[in-house]
Amino acid sequence: MRLEYFQMLDRFVEVKADEKWIRSESKAPTQSPVFEGHFPGYPLMPGVLMIENMAQTCGWLVSAITGFTGLPVLAGVKEAKMRGAIFPDMEFTTEGKIVHEGSGFAIADGKIRSGDTAIAEARLTYRIIPYPSPEFQNTMVTWAKQLDFPLEEFRKVDSQS
Amino acid sequence: MSTTFDKVADIIAETCDIPRDTITPESHAIDDLKIDSLDFLDIAFAIDKAFGIKLPLEQWTQEINDGQATTDQYFVLKNLCARIDELIAAKNAA
Repeated sequence: MRLEYFQMLDRFVEVKADEKWIRSESKAPTQSPVFEGHFPGYPLMPGVLMIENMAQTCGWLVSAITGFTGLPVLAGVKEAKMRGAIFPDMEFTTEGKIVHEGSGFAIADGKIRSGDTAIAEARLTYRIIPYPSPEFQNTMVTWAKQLDFPLEEFRKVDSQS
Repeated sequence: MSTTFDKVADIIAETCDIPRDTITPESHAIDDLKIDSLDFLDIAFAIDKAFGIKLPLEQWTQEINDGQATTDQYFVLKNLCARIDELIAAKNAA
């Protein structure tokens, strides 16, 4: 993950496509300009970036259920709780589950854990807008592969439905 | 047994913190109740869950943008409730 580029997760490691559930894995960087300011001499990942980590994990899942044709735009954050801290070099996982697929929107729950310790959680609302171009879709699919996103799992679900 | 309107009005009152007694079947969700599109997503979520349906918001928006429908047809509450009843009937018939 590269906080300053908003690349907020390292890879996807587990998926249950039929349950619309996914888990990503990340390791906080050793150094980042973000840590220089938050806080000098006591680096902590800002809570808003924990929310972004959950939003990106769930966002990839929302995009997948549209067949990578819809861009989930974060529209709302509810019940956000930061229960613990993320320090440099700390490893953590993020679970995402879609709780509702509406017409043009989706709602998902995100949870961050480090080991058995709950770090953060939030309920996220997304508007879903069409990808702006075929090139953008190619870019997103390529990026998904780089994150080990299980594209095939969602194709299986598509073919069954 | 509460009517579709009663349930929808309760949802709107709770979701948007609007006094329940100001919500009538003639109320226009946007023009009268001042509900914006983001708050309407919360309402749609609650309606979808409460009635086991999926409000076709994208289709409605497209029809309004194309001039094929007016906002009154979908966002005056008595009309919204009629659409909900149609969706419930279609689901039960399937």
